[in-house]
Amino acid sequence: MAKGDRIAIIDGCRTPFLRSGAAYRAMMAYEICRHAVKGLVAKTGIPNDMVDHVIMGSVLTDVKTTNVAREIMLAAALPNTIPAYTCTVACISANAAIISAANLIVNGNADCIIAGGVETFSDPDIKISKNYRQFIMDLTMFKRPKTVVGKLKLLKGMSFKDFIVPEQPEIGEFSTQLRMGDTADRLAKRLGISQGNQDAFAALSHNRAAAAWEKGILKKEVVPVVTPQGRLVDKDNGFRKGVTPEKLAALKPAFDKRYGTVTAGNSSFLTDGGAAVLLMSETLAKKMRLKPLAYIKSYAFTAQDLWEELLLGPVFSIPKALAMGKLKFKDIGVWEIHEAFGVQMVAVVQLLASDSFCKNRLGLSGKLGEIKLDNLNIYGGSLSLGHPFGATGARLVTTCANRLRESGKRYGVVAGCAAGAVGNAIILERS
Amino acid sequence: MEALTYCKPEVMNDVLVVTIDCPGKVNKVSSAMLNEMEVIINNAKSKKYKGLAIVSGKDDNFVVGADIDELTSMKTEDEIRAYITKANSVLSRLEKLPFPTVCVINGNCLGGGVELALVTDYRIATDSTNTVIGFPEIKLGLIPAAGGTQRLPRLIGIQHALPLILQGSTIRARRAKRLGIIDEIVIPYGLKEIAVKKVLQLKGKRTIKRKRTFAEWLLESNPLGRSIIFSQARTMMMKQTRGLYPAAVAAIDAVEYGYKTTIAKGIAKDSERFVHLVQTYQSRSLINLFFAMTDLKKNTFKKKEKNVSKLAVIGTGLMGSGIALVSLPLCDTVLLKDTSLDPITRSMAQIRKSLEKRAQSGAIRNFDKEVMYGKLIPCDDYTYFKNTDLVIEAVFEDLKLKQDLLKEVEAVTGDSTIFASNTSAIPISLIAKASKRPQNMIGMHYFSPVPAMPLLEIIKTAKTADWVVATAITTGIAQGKSCIVVKDGPGFYTTRILAPYLNEAVVLIEEGVSMNDIDTAMLAFGYPVGPIALLDEVGIDVGAHVTIELGQMFAARGATPSNVLPLLLSKGFKGRKNKKGFYMYDSPKKKGMRLPNEEVYTVIGKVTPKAISVEEIQQRVSLMMINEAAHCLQEGILSSPRDGDVGSVLGLGFPPFKGGIFRYIDHEGAGTIVDTMMQYYNRGLERFKPARILADMAKTDKRFYKD
Repeated sequence: MAKGDRIAIIDGCRTPFLRSGAAYRAMMAYEICRHAVKGLVAKTGIPNDMVDHVIMGSVLTDVKTTNVAREIMLAAALPNTIPAYTCTVACISANAAIISAANLIVNGNADCIIAGGVETFSDPDIKISKNYRQFIMDLTMFKRPKTVVGKLKLLKGMSFKDFIVPEQPEIGEFSTQLRMGDTADRLAKRLGISQGNQDAFAALSHNRAAAAWEKGILKKEVVPVVTPQGRLVDKDNGFRKGVTPEKLAALKPAFDKRYGTVTAGNSSFLTDGGAAVLLMSETLAKKMRLKPLAYIKSYAFTAQDLWEELLLGPVFSIPKALAMGKLKFKDIGVWEIHEAFGVQMVAVVQLLASDSFCKNRLGLSGKLGEIKLDNLNIYGGSLSLGHPFGATGARLVTTCANRLRESGKRYGVVAGCAAGAVGNAIILERS
Repeated sequence: MEALTYCKPEVMNDVLVVTIDCPGKVNKVSSAMLNEMEVIINNAKSKKYKGLAIVSGKDDNFVVGADIDELTSMKTEDEIRAYITKANSVLSRLEKLPFPTVCVINGNCLGGGVELALVTDYRIATDSTNTVIGFPEIKLGLIPAAGGTQRLPRLIGIQHALPLILQGSTIRARRAKRLGIIDEIVIPYGLKEIAVKKVLQLKGKRTIKRKRTFAEWLLESNPLGRSIIFSQARTMMMKQTRGLYPAAVAAIDAVEYGYKTTIAKGIAKDSERFVHLVQTYQSRSLINLFFAMTDLKKNTFKKKEKNVSKLAVIGTGLMGSGIALVSLPLCDTVLLKDTSLDPITRSMAQIRKSLEKRAQSGAIRNFDKEVMYGKLIPCDDYTYFKNTDLVIEAVFEDLKLKQDLLKEVEAVTGDSTIFASNTSAIPISLIAKASKRPQNMIGMHYFSPVPAMPLLEIIKTAKTADWVVATAITTGIAQGKSCIVVKDGPGFYTTRILAPYLNEAVVLIEEGVSMNDIDTAMLAFGYPVGPIALLDEVGIDVGAHVTIELGQMFAARGATPSNVLPLLLSKGFKGRKNKKGFYMYDSPKKKGMRLPNEEVYTVIGKVTPKAISVEEIQQRVSLMMINEAAHCLQEGILSSPRDGDVGSVLGLGFPPFKGGIFRYIDHEGAGTIVDTMMQYYNRGLERFKPARILADMAKTDKRFYKD
């Protein structure tokens, strides 16, 4: 890393994203993501041992592979001398991995890093009941009673149910106990965003994804996977071609069953997949004669109110990232924003274009600007391509960088919201 | 005690620990090593030790077997007898030591090494992937005569022991433990301490009571049952070897004799068998071949090669998949390219299965299976080809197709990318005509099925750069192949000498000789498959292609090939693959032979059945191959007789016990070969004109090899 060097995004690569329970069902997360890493290394043609570090985001890590980044890089046949760690910030885990990588390079600790993330919801860890867990730990580790009577004493206070009913997997926000969809419904009601508007955005996303696949645009970002079970996966399977807002309107509310507007059709679905991005110092990229897709201009993390603004991360982080990069709204030509829900996307666009919100809540002089749909997620988004929590950020960065190159626009924004009401935005500059 | 250089004794906790550490990289059973072992044992008897432990001073081998160099240098029968008798006396004294003995096996433990282990009371092996155990003697035309044929069957049962002794294949620690050869598996460190601890745990000598299944007990515990086992083993062995390998016959005799008499008598007789076998033509040939193969696993172009970490295979049929599989251990990335992803999916599923099998057997670690599978990338375009070190194409034999691929690959790769063609007949320089970088073009001719076939024929053109040849050899060796480097030309070496051999067989059919007679004769000569059956296996389409490809060259010498193969192909005959070949694939075999497909005669025309002597069939068919090999040496296609020998045996199944084509010529005498050929030549068969080099050698009575 030389002085004044920028952080180059050389290229990105991901596996096809599949709805959970499909062909990746029997695979562990590391098995999925190794293909993205291997594809990335092969595509860029760098020697394996040039990589200094691997950082991967992941949310629901399997207890067998808690540092999943390490297993991923080992199983992609990268040298075992490369350190690797895993980070987690819910849906922006890969964003965090990429920013960590950039910072390691800026600090001179590394010159070449693979960052990304992975998620599989096909085989989550399901826990036995808490009482049963305690019983087993006391029996084998903590108390270890020697007599039968002593062993039986441990059963005190336990019910039959404790032995057969597993604990409900945690699906809500821990501090508010609201499920993500409850927050979305709450947001829709608060801002008065109709199901029609939400469905319109979702339908747009699906049709854009289908068109992008048809035109071969997404094939370039996706490495085919042959599963250990011998099945070929070479395409995302989540998007629905030809879906219309009318068709989506027929769906029942998924969360607030009585008065809700958030349905399975306008929410992102549980997805399995992995993605990776190759970052380098500008000097090394030049030395390797690699033409980066883009450079990282600036980034920002923000956090908001957990009840009302959980899904609004981009609204807060985008202005901050623009300020960090000394850029104006109109400088941005490409937008890639994570689509958690249709309502969240509509809200983000609406609020950034609202004078009152931007003045009162963001402390700006007026509205930030109106994001044009023509520039936003034009090849589909999480609603249609799917949303493997840990991987989405790396997909967004790759697509954004590719779009910058093909459109000739100078700056692009990647942004996402995350559980815990954390937000992130990364601004990329075309090389 | 005098200074010892092969076996180093020390005492730990009253246990005598002997570390075998012969000079050189591996431990071998040599006279010197046996002498030292003897001294140690003699001294041990008089002292009060609690036991004895044997370990190896090497990191990756225990004892790899007898010192073959020493063995082949023995001039007289007495020398050989003295050697094997000494081995047996040392081992039996070791066996009779009054205290418990333990040995620890880490790495290769072969032949004499196993025999040494067998006389100890307790055998420990490490879980290292390097640890393999076996009796390869049979592959050298010998038998394990230092007690192997006697002690192994008694330890693990006759039915388990015979295949190990007769096939010469190796097994891993896990399997050895299941069989009962190994008592315990440990990690490969602290082996001395483990051995000592074990010796102290063993209270006195051990008598092993093996658990036997009822069926095993029923067969093996009485002479009648055993005679059934031996007669079945003989039938099977005769079917496989046709009695051409005296060692196989001797091995079964040896085991049986030991059961009829005693171990001691069995061993005494084995020593005599060994003395005899070492001197046989078959054993000498096999040992020569072994040396030649070992030679060809050394890279003579060393230091010029480039590292191949990214490899691409284009065409993912059986051949391409095989090449990918054997490349996984040496590469970081293996691209599988085909016209669509479907054949690649099948190929990857196959590779996955092989990896799972290898992990199961302990050949690779379980996670390494994942690492290797993770190296594969399915490609239907060239997206991932950047900076590929080596591209091997294994597509259909079509010049235009191969040239198109070459151009596509060159467009996406650079000066450091080697393009190798796995063609079996198309001259590499012809393909290279389409190349921008002919210096990067080379032939790498693999044999199917790739993981099992030990030969790689590397074809260099006049333009191929040295570093490219060096890299191809290094890659081939790492893939476990013996590599011969030959000059470019139609059919290179192997295909070129195979063509006239197969052609002669077809001509015999046209003359009216029955297919079964031809195949039977050549099997009796020592080929593993008859030429007609081979044509069906390889495919009549491939045969026809080769005939056309090489036809001109032979025609120019007045040896125009028969047009039967192209004719059959035009009528839809492709051989076994479409069940339409020389033989019938839908009706059952008769006496182990398939029935001839009478339809063949409707294509080539009616023939008058003719019976000719077995000898004539063998001579005519084999001489065509032999003479062509001589042509290859004469023209410089081959750089040495050694390459020709290894290529003919490993690639084409020329009888291994004859040591290869040139060893065979030396054995028969060039004069005899030329005389026989002239007999046929004088009958008007112009193709039997001996190669100049043979004629010259016949005149001057020269040999290809000095030894």
